[in-house]
Amino acid sequence: MPEKTRVCPYMPNSVPAVKAAMLNELGLSSVDEIYKSIIPDHLLFKGRLALPEAIESEAELCGHMSGLLRRNTSCDEAISFLGAGCYHHHVPALCDEIAGRAEFLTAYCGDTYSDHGKMQAIFEYASQMGELLDADVVSYTTYDGGQAVCSSLRMALRLGAPDRTELLVPETMDPQILSQARTYCASAGAIVTVKAAANGRMDLGDLRAKLSGKTAAVFLENPSYLGFLEEAPQTISQCAHEAGALCIVKPEVASLGVLESPMNYGADIVCGEIQPLGMHVQLGGGCGGFIACAQDKKLIEQLPTYLYGLCPTGDPHSFGCGRALNWRCSHGSRENANEYFGTESGLWAITAGVYLASLGPQGMKELGETIMQRTAYAIQLLSAVPGARVHPFGGAVFQEFIVCYDDAGMSVAQVNKALLARGIFGGLDLSGDFPQYGQSALFAVTETTTAAHIEALAAALNDILGGECA
Amino acid sequence: MTQPNFHEARWNEPILMELGSPGERGILPPLAERRVRERVGTADALVPEGLKRKRAPALPEISQMQLLRHYLRLSQETIGADLNVDIGLGTCTMKYNPKVHERFVRDPKFAELHPCQDEDTLQGILQIIYDTGEYLKAISGMDAFCLTPAGGSQAIYANVAVIKAYHQSRGEGDVRDEIVTTILSHPANPGAAATLGYKVITLYPGPDGTPDLEALRAAIGPHTAGLLITNPEDTGIYNERITEFVSLVHSVGGLCAYDQANANGVFGIARAREAGFDLCHFNLHKSFSSPHGCQGPAAGAQGVRAFLEPFLPVPRVTFDGKKYHLKTDEPLSVGYLRKFMGVPAVVLRAYAYIRSLGPDGLKEAAELSILNNNYLIEKLLRIPGLDMPWAPGKRRMEQARFSWKGLADDTGVTTDDIDRRVVDYGYQSYFASHHPRIIPEPFTPEPVETYSKADIDAYAETLAAIADEARTQPEIVKTAPHNAALAHRIDESALTDPDRLVTTWRAWKKLGKR
Repeated sequence: MPEKTRVCPYMPNSVPAVKAAMLNELGLSSVDEIYKSIIPDHLLFKGRLALPEAIESEAELCGHMSGLLRRNTSCDEAISFLGAGCYHHHVPALCDEIAGRAEFLTAYCGDTYSDHGKMQAIFEYASQMGELLDADVVSYTTYDGGQAVCSSLRMALRLGAPDRTELLVPETMDPQILSQARTYCASAGAIVTVKAAANGRMDLGDLRAKLSGKTAAVFLENPSYLGFLEEAPQTISQCAHEAGALCIVKPEVASLGVLESPMNYGADIVCGEIQPLGMHVQLGGGCGGFIACAQDKKLIEQLPTYLYGLCPTGDPHSFGCGRALNWRCSHGSRENANEYFGTESGLWAITAGVYLASLGPQGMKELGETIMQRTAYAIQLLSAVPGARVHPFGGAVFQEFIVCYDDAGMSVAQVNKALLARGIFGGLDLSGDFPQYGQSALFAVTETTTAAHIEALAAALNDILGGECA
Repeated sequence: MTQPNFHEARWNEPILMELGSPGERGILPPLAERRVRERVGTADALVPEGLKRKRAPALPEISQMQLLRHYLRLSQETIGADLNVDIGLGTCTMKYNPKVHERFVRDPKFAELHPCQDEDTLQGILQIIYDTGEYLKAISGMDAFCLTPAGGSQAIYANVAVIKAYHQSRGEGDVRDEIVTTILSHPANPGAAATLGYKVITLYPGPDGTPDLEALRAAIGPHTAGLLITNPEDTGIYNERITEFVSLVHSVGGLCAYDQANANGVFGIARAREAGFDLCHFNLHKSFSSPHGCQGPAAGAQGVRAFLEPFLPVPRVTFDGKKYHLKTDEPLSVGYLRKFMGVPAVVLRAYAYIRSLGPDGLKEAAELSILNNNYLIEKLLRIPGLDMPWAPGKRRMEQARFSWKGLADDTGVTTDDIDRRVVDYGYQSYFASHHPRIIPEPFTPEPVETYSKADIDAYAETLAAIADEARTQPEIVKTAPHNAALAHRIDESALTDPDRLVTTWRAWKKLGKR
């Protein structure tokens, strides 16, 4: 028999001599003696797995993978106006450097002593989010902003139980998060949508009509999924509070250098998405969520995720961290926990911490300002395009706005195909989720969207929508 | 005896919020172009008065080099799996994560893909997701896969949601309001069932360490929606009667979900299909090798038999023979679990992993994980005071749960003491057990296939050395760690008293003033 030389680099004990030595110590001649002694024959899989043959060499694997990835076109190779809850921001090199450190990348659930650095980094993430949000309590990161919304809603249902079983949400909210929440909250309450007024904002008359002693919470996105800002959100939070309900607000983190934190206009719970804080879009995989609230025991006890608590030590100048109040989590009390919980997005907490510290207060302010100015520029330029009804809601926006093509008699799908042919990723097609707004697309502008990009978009739309008028 | 000759970096780094000085900058974001500013005016004028931020966030102001240094120091105070022999973290499958996979994930052709892009611009990654689903079908024998769960627990949640939707579609949603699981199942099983409104019935193990079949018989009936079960459980004991469990639940109209968070010992050896399961899930970051990233991002893969496919979460990747599509209009679907498509980076790594191992390599990984485990068991059972409860003499699969009760009774040194002491020898904290600890003083190692014989020997020697310390100089173990990043033990009461909870530096400062 020829000597086995093509040993898998990830399996040192597959060297025949080593394997034989180990088996010998166990008094065995083959590994299948072990599992055949404990797995009944009828459960053994007798075939060979129907998988492609191994690509053994790293070189060939690289060739294979790049062959597949080459078939993608990334936002770096186009001008992208896609957002809708995941944003192509600039990722500072420091974020990549730290997120790629083997110590952080490959650590898992080690605790206070083996992983003091990780624990401190997560505490520092929470501390910085606390400053950004003006909140004293910030949770460990959740799966995504949608999960953060779902858990915030369930917190309100628990606090309102047994009488308050309704959650009022805007009909313009992120449809994917609404889908998540409908399943997530079904066993504990009902989600009721509040109508949008003609300007897209929450219809206060409808809100007041739907608020009752059954309302557990009013949820609000600010900015909304469709980009516009609720300019008087305190009216909504007051309405909620007057009805005895909580107010839950989802802000956009990239806006908070210039926009007020919802904690300061009546939110009881603030939740949302941290992907903009240093995570690559990664086809949506860069998402992670946060939940924050005031230092209020009543709320804290309802948080369903890990909390990283800072602890004193024997040395007054040194601190340690640990996971706190674990009975709240399913890891601590199984079905009696607030909600289920698992491995969510810890590395993104650390990365977001690096991002926030890199930008600092001035950087966050400049980031928000650049986005607001360029978004306003986009709205102005596109408004001159015949056939495009731009930001029909009017009023202030952050980062996103819709463009309706009804006047041009074109569908979003048609326009986007034509834009794609010009190297532009047009706005997200809203016609399926929001048919009431006709053939509308949601455009996003970040600090990576330059004036030249916006001008190219305007020229392309001019060409596509109103060729003869251009 | 092995002497600890390791010391973790101990930088005593200040909390970041205390570093830097006003005016320092870590990075400069772009400013709007002059022509933009001239046309739209100042940003301030664009912000509605009532929404203007009144007080700037008190974020750190620190230059780039100093910030990098801070985080590098914190990284040195963290024992990632790449830096140690992470055999102790059982149930977590801390296998090597090939570095080449990180190249694929960082490739802008992946990292800069937006989830809302036109399908035509995503054909490569959609093929990767689709093919990974096909491979998982072969590995499990199930008929359809959904790869959007953002972690193993979310995949369990997805299984419960599908079970619920199935019974609702048959008009039995209200009647079938109970889920049965086992005490040794991952806590997300009862947790997710309760989150979705189910009453949870928990089976305990019988004398052989596997769940009590008679207890199951007594628990099920017309109210049973499903069974959430793991095989082997954390004990590594294979449940030989698993098909009887499944058949019993089927006989009353319930569905059976197989928690395969850890499938490392069964690749090519046993499948969910042959055991009769209706649903299963894999943790792609565990058995299929993704770095665990300080607890995520992770990914789950949910597999079901054909009759449950219509209920799977969206979006699903489909293939028409020419092109890959994202399908979202599934009327019976439980909807979105997470925004967009879950965590494709982990799917991408799992794809590369499966492709580089192939059918024989995957089976070899399973076989070696079983061999490594039984080899480690042989070594560990030589340590006085360390036992492996239940089913004496029976081989284990890829992991095993031990008990230090004998040592604790003799010396007063507990598993938590030993868990801290291993850090002094350069090992990551180990995994004792989920709560409740039905095995006293538990310890659950998992020597996956990527560890060498020498790694396993050294690990076993270290535990033997610590057990010896417990008998000869117990204080050194009880007061451990001594060589960790943190020089002092924390006051744990600050973690259990809600009135003393501090999750942010601002809260710490306020607490000091109270």
